[in-house]
Amino acid sequence: MSGMAQPPVAPVRLPRRAPAPAPEPALLVLADGAVFEGEAAGARPPGGVATGELVFNTVMSGYQEVITDPSYAGQVIAFTYPHIGNYGMTPADQESPRPFCRGVIVRDLAVRPSSWRSSESVGDFLTRYGVPAMTGVDTRRLTRHIREAGAMPCAFGTASESELARAAAAEPGTDGVDMVATVTTDQPYRAGSGPLRVVAYDFGIKRTILDQLGQIATVEVVPASTPAGEVLERSPDGVFLSNGPGDPSAVGYATAAIRGLLDVVPVFGICLGHQLLAGALGARTFKLPFGHHGGNHPVRRSSGGAVEITSQNHSYAVTEDSLSGAEITHVNLNDGVIEGIRAKGIAAFSVQYHPEAGPGPHDARYLFEDFRQLMEAHR
Amino acid sequence: MPRRDDLESILVIGSGPIVIGQACEFDYSGTQACRVLRQEGYRVILANSNPATIMTDPEVAHRTYIEPLDPDVLAAIIERERPDAVLPTLGGQTALNLAMSLSDRGVVGDGAVPLIGASVEAIRTAEDRERFKQAMTEIGLEVPTSGFAYSLEEALSVGDSVGYPVIVRPSFILGGQGTGIAHDREALIHLAETGLSASPITEILIESSIAGWKEFELEVMRDHIDNCVVVCSIENFDPMGVHTGDSITVAPAQTLSDVEYQEMRDDAFKCIRRIGVETGGSNIQFAVDPIDGRRVVIEMNPRVSRSSALASKATGFPIAKIAARLAVGYSLDEIANDITRKTPASFEPTIDYVVTKIPRWAFEKLPGAPAVLGTRMQSVGEVMAIGRTFPESLQKGLRSLEQGRQGLNCDPAEALLDQVDDDELVRRSAVATPERPFQLEAALRRGISVERLNEATGVDPWFLDQLALITAERERLDQLGAVGMRKADWRRAKRLGFSDAQLAHLFGVAESEVRRARMDAGVTVTFKTVDTCGAEFAASTPYHYSTYEDEDEVRSGERPKVVILGSGPNRIGQGIEFDYCCVHASFALRDAGFETVMINCNPETVSTDYDTSDRLYFEPLTHEDVLNVLEAEARTAPGGKLEGVIVSLGGQTPLKLAAGLPAGLVLGTSPESIDLAEDRERWSALCVRLGIPQPPGGTAATVDEARAVADRVGYPVLVRPSYVLGGRAMEIVYDAESLTRAMSEMAAAGSLGREGGLSAERPVLVDRFLEDAIEVDVDAIRDATGEVLIGGVMEHVEEAGVHSGDSACVIPPPTLAHAVIERLSDHTRAIAEALQVKGLVNVQYAVKDDQVYVIEANPRASRTVPFVAKATGVPLAKVAARVMVGATLEQLRTEGLLSPPAVGDHVSVKEAVLPFNRFPDVDTVLGPEMRSTGEVMGIDSTFGLAFAKSQIAAGSRLPASGCVFFSLADRDKAGGAAVAIRFAELGFSIVATSGTAAFLEEHGVRVEAVVDKVGDPVPSAGRTDAIELIAGGKIQLVVNTPQGRGPRADGAYIRTTASVHQVPCLTTVAAARAAAGGIADWGRHPLSVRSLQEFHQEGQLRLPV
Ligand SMILES: Nc1ncnc2c1ncn2[C@@H]1O[C@H](COP(=O)(O)OP(=O)(O)O)[C@@H](O)[C@H]1O
Ligand SMILES: Nc1ncnc2c1ncn2[C@@H]1O[C@H](COP(=O)(O)OP(=O)(O)O)[C@@H](O)[C@H]1O
Ligand SMILES: [Mg+2]
Ligand SMILES: [Mg+2]
Repeated sequence: MSGMAQPPVAPVRLPRRAPAPAPEPALLVLADGAVFEGEAAGARPPGGVATGELVFNTVMSGYQEVITDPSYAGQVIAFTYPHIGNYGMTPADQESPRPFCRGVIVRDLAVRPSSWRSSESVGDFLTRYGVPAMTGVDTRRLTRHIREAGAMPCAFGTASESELARAAAAEPGTDGVDMVATVTTDQPYRAGSGPLRVVAYDFGIKRTILDQLGQIATVEVVPASTPAGEVLERSPDGVFLSNGPGDPSAVGYATAAIRGLLDVVPVFGICLGHQLLAGALGARTFKLPFGHHGGNHPVRRSSGGAVEITSQNHSYAVTEDSLSGAEITHVNLNDGVIEGIRAKGIAAFSVQYHPEAGPGPHDARYLFEDFRQLMEAHR
Repeated sequence: MPRRDDLESILVIGSGPIVIGQACEFDYSGTQACRVLRQEGYRVILANSNPATIMTDPEVAHRTYIEPLDPDVLAAIIERERPDAVLPTLGGQTALNLAMSLSDRGVVGDGAVPLIGASVEAIRTAEDRERFKQAMTEIGLEVPTSGFAYSLEEALSVGDSVGYPVIVRPSFILGGQGTGIAHDREALIHLAETGLSASPITEILIESSIAGWKEFELEVMRDHIDNCVVVCSIENFDPMGVHTGDSITVAPAQTLSDVEYQEMRDDAFKCIRRIGVETGGSNIQFAVDPIDGRRVVIEMNPRVSRSSALASKATGFPIAKIAARLAVGYSLDEIANDITRKTPASFEPTIDYVVTKIPRWAFEKLPGAPAVLGTRMQSVGEVMAIGRTFPESLQKGLRSLEQGRQGLNCDPAEALLDQVDDDELVRRSAVATPERPFQLEAALRRGISVERLNEATGVDPWFLDQLALITAERERLDQLGAVGMRKADWRRAKRLGFSDAQLAHLFGVAESEVRRARMDAGVTVTFKTVDTCGAEFAASTPYHYSTYEDEDEVRSGERPKVVILGSGPNRIGQGIEFDYCCVHASFALRDAGFETVMINCNPETVSTDYDTSDRLYFEPLTHEDVLNVLEAEARTAPGGKLEGVIVSLGGQTPLKLAAGLPAGLVLGTSPESIDLAEDRERWSALCVRLGIPQPPGGTAATVDEARAVADRVGYPVLVRPSYVLGGRAMEIVYDAESLTRAMSEMAAAGSLGREGGLSAERPVLVDRFLEDAIEVDVDAIRDATGEVLIGGVMEHVEEAGVHSGDSACVIPPPTLAHAVIERLSDHTRAIAEALQVKGLVNVQYAVKDDQVYVIEANPRASRTVPFVAKATGVPLAKVAARVMVGATLEQLRTEGLLSPPAVGDHVSVKEAVLPFNRFPDVDTVLGPEMRSTGEVMGIDSTFGLAFAKSQIAAGSRLPASGCVFFSLADRDKAGGAAVAIRFAELGFSIVATSGTAAFLEEHGVRVEAVVDKVGDPVPSAGRTDAIELIAGGKIQLVVNTPQGRGPRADGAYIRTTASVHQVPCLTTVAAARAAAGGIADWGRHPLSVRSLQEFHQEGQLRLPV
């Protein structure tokens, strides 16, 4: 039996080093008033207040890819896995030149990373890019809260609870907002060296996607606002619609452009690109209660019925009944959400999840090969 | 494709006795599999020789064969039952190896009964290290450079070419038996020899050593349409070089970037596909070079394993259950995730906590075995702890071990390292031992750098830094002191896993005060849920762990709640038998309408399957952690109070906690009675009052007192500490000076010191040692009305003096007179009455010349309860559990739970299984200190046949003919001669050591040859020595009884040589007598197998009406 039995013994005093300084307390306040305690980390926001739309992600590894994924623009990411930063940050694993997320919430942030690949700790990285963070939070309670109440705006930092509550209430969130404009490239650029020519719309494109495309094609990345005409002038073998942040309904100009491309060149879309393609085919999208954000979502392929473990990151999805112009190729086995479509009679297909896998399993990388074959067939 | 309808009956092969490297994890997986297959409507046939398992309960399978796991026997079972398929992937290495030899005989496999789960080809490719390496190279996976050897010569040439250091690993072995790292040629010679003999196909792999690399495991599942998932990734705290089974392991992997992890995942899938495991789970081990991330494959197990049990408990994803479904045709997406119920099993669990597994060793029981860890597994059990962070789970795990530690140091035992200087401390931590984590923390506390410790140990800097966090916090707290503690400080401390006991030690106050102060500060425990999905979906399974967060997830219940305290990590003396009892209690009480709550920390067990009880708390069994659960459960119980807590089924672990529990909560026999039975003085007084003779004796706290008692009662005497299990530190002493030595050993610190040492409260018992007495165990149940049910009377084969746990025992008693059995029963009734027992009681007796002495009484479940239940068909543990919550035996009879025992004409023998083959330096002689890790059962129509079966099951098949070697202690010579005559009659030739030979010849035994002992000073010319004969395979059976004690006492060499060369070795005359009888009967009868169900039915029919 533990201690109780024997009388307490005073421990020997050994030479002591300066103990760790007590950390700076911080609060996280959600738009619905829920409050979470923790400690400030990363960059210190002006006035001790950071805001954004709170979403959770369930990956156990791959925090760097998540933090640097432009699709998280405007959002605050809460990681369900408690230890974040164990293996540090590695330039090679960046999904974009800089993080676009508005904040990071964790249970425990590794002070000392350990990996032969690591060049920097997560804390230093976030500070360097001005991303505020919070550690020591009961992220499980937070996740359960969001699961019930849905993703919502939040504010966090060292400011007072009332200030943070006001900030959270004032935070607009991402519905109806064109977040793409904040992350897309302003100048076209080239990537990859594959035999084919692909024009890729940058709605917030991830580096891993470019790597995958770059193996099958020479990729010309163009701004989100590029009209169809300009794209066709580049006489591509195919057009790629990238992932990106926010509400697809707020990016009407892209939908218009895509209509101008359909049936002219083969089209492949991922995530936001998938939603926009569906939109161009006349389908509507809706916001999921708390979205799919993780690396373990089972998706069934309609052809053959095989199951893929997929990396996902989407808050919106395509409504099934509105989908007349396309057939469903992939379905999420957890909740039946549409994860992939193929246009009827037109060389265009897309998936809601992330076959490029950055982070996540490689089960679905065959889709890039499918795209290659589709382009070959239409040359 | 759903369920296969072309199959009707399936034979499941179990894993046999609990041995090092193969423990009750296979009861957990096997039980799950049998249940699933039964639910799916198949006729399930089970073969397993281990009676202490849940899977061998008659209601788990349709036909349960408690028979030796031996090719002949299996063939006979298959012949008799004609199953449509054999499932070999749930019974560990034992089942796989059996499947292989059955396929060699053409009994299973192509053209015969098909294997499901894994094909012969797949098993061969995975288990044969040569084929495995070829296969991996084929698919482009790297393996350490190596070569194979089938002889010592080859071994050396390979060693020279690969370059030292090299690791030697035999094929088709388990638990790293016969493996080790050789730093030079000399070392290789030794290792190669043991390795070649350890491998059933005398093949060893010699591999360049990559000790010090990081070690990882992936638990992978695959279905018949080629869907693959990783259930769990595991990272070893101890780097390569320490067997996974002996490493502290952590889930999920902590130090792999996603890029590296996903590549490892791809490799794992390539591996399982190439090996060709069509369906089910496999475990794939990788090593990663910390310098550049280079990754190599170490091995793959095409079956459920220790790690898959751990992974199942760690994630809530029941690998064995799902493997069984996959084996009969389902695909992963056709199976529901029974934790979320809504989502399918075709996913990869994500967890939001950290799981730490810590092995538990038994070196203190194996004098001569150095406590150094290596590539061969030596641990006898393990604990698992769940925390939100690694430091929390590590500290919970360390206090779960029940080895007197309350966390990572910061407790009284840490003082052991105070005198060690810094360099020595680093040097010690460089050698992997059970003490390593404590040494590392102590080193960090002295300011020794993470770099230096990583350099010395290869433990990853991340892990070391996590330890440093604990150290830093400790120093912060130390400065604050009890008075300075604010809410935030308590919270930080608890979140790093500090126990109240540690803080009490740090602040120099009582644990109860710490608890009060902490609660007053508003820092109380919260319970989270294991849900496979990181809270993304609602979970319906109340599988909880404690942590210090904002939100508690324990739901309220409607039915009256009974909390069952489990038995913690397996250890010698307290193993699966006690888990069996806890599980039965849970089943019985659940059926009786109670809500059952299980608390335990052993990941191998059935009790920690979230299906077993209504609620599961994966928690350390300490005062603080148990109180926390009781409070949480009371809060959510109807009427805000619990029905009670069961402490008498989990062995000593829960009993030790009983005293600290809220008054009135303990169900069954009162803690007072339990104490009365343990307290020597009061117990003796009681026996006197009841007129039940005891071996004369007394208690002593000092050497002088001990000598006084010994002088009074006369030598030999048996000395033993009180409040221990498994004969811990017990010794028979024949004279005054060995008594003095024994006493000082007990007083000394070391493990026993940690367990409490010597004091007036915990004195030593000194008893007259009864020589050549027959020992008898009686298990009984008394209900509140005073009715006593005699569950079983077990006559031991070995005489008193061999621990009850280590001696074979028999139901019904073969030699005891009816009158004696009556007296034993009467005494037992009287004792049960006097102790006001409410539930189980176990009484041990020694019978000498028809005089009955009582040795001890334990008013709790005993090790023999499952054996008795299997022998008689009476579910003692279930009955006891019901009695503890108020049912009477009469009620249970009418209810049908309790029916008369199946006293058919069958005889049941329980034999102990000892770990000596893993500890070549340990003397195999049996004594009052228990050392067996497991047990087997033999059932047949005569004692001889049942005994012979029990020997085969225990792995030492009795010879049918050949040469028996006798070397007897003087006091055993008379009895020995009679036995020798018996063997001669059976056509065996006899050889003996000089003294024994002379005596035997005097008594008309023809001795072929007189042999030298190694102990003999000058080998007499022309005589061979025993070692050569045994090593040379000239001896088929050794009968060697000890002359005194001590690891290198005379004869020890003979015994150890025998165990190394796997020649059956009997160390008591009684066992030799039984063996002779067994061999005689075995020769006369053909092998016959019969299922437990048939034996029980038979027995019922034979009852007098
Ligand atoms: N090449 C090697 N160099 C150093 N250690 C090794 C090597 N191969 C295996 N080991 C160690 O030996 C242990 C046992 O090896 P393994 O092949 O897993 O045998 P088992 O079948 O008993 O699990 C491993 O857990 C690992 O720590
Ligand atoms: N007075 C005695 N004479 C002979 N053998 C004894 C005597 N007392 C105990 N033993 C032997 O020692 C073993 C262990 O003693 P026991 O009190 O049962 O310890 P434990 O509580 O660990 O079971 C017994 O099983 C028995 O074989
Ligand atoms: Mg292994
Ligand atoms: Mg005993």
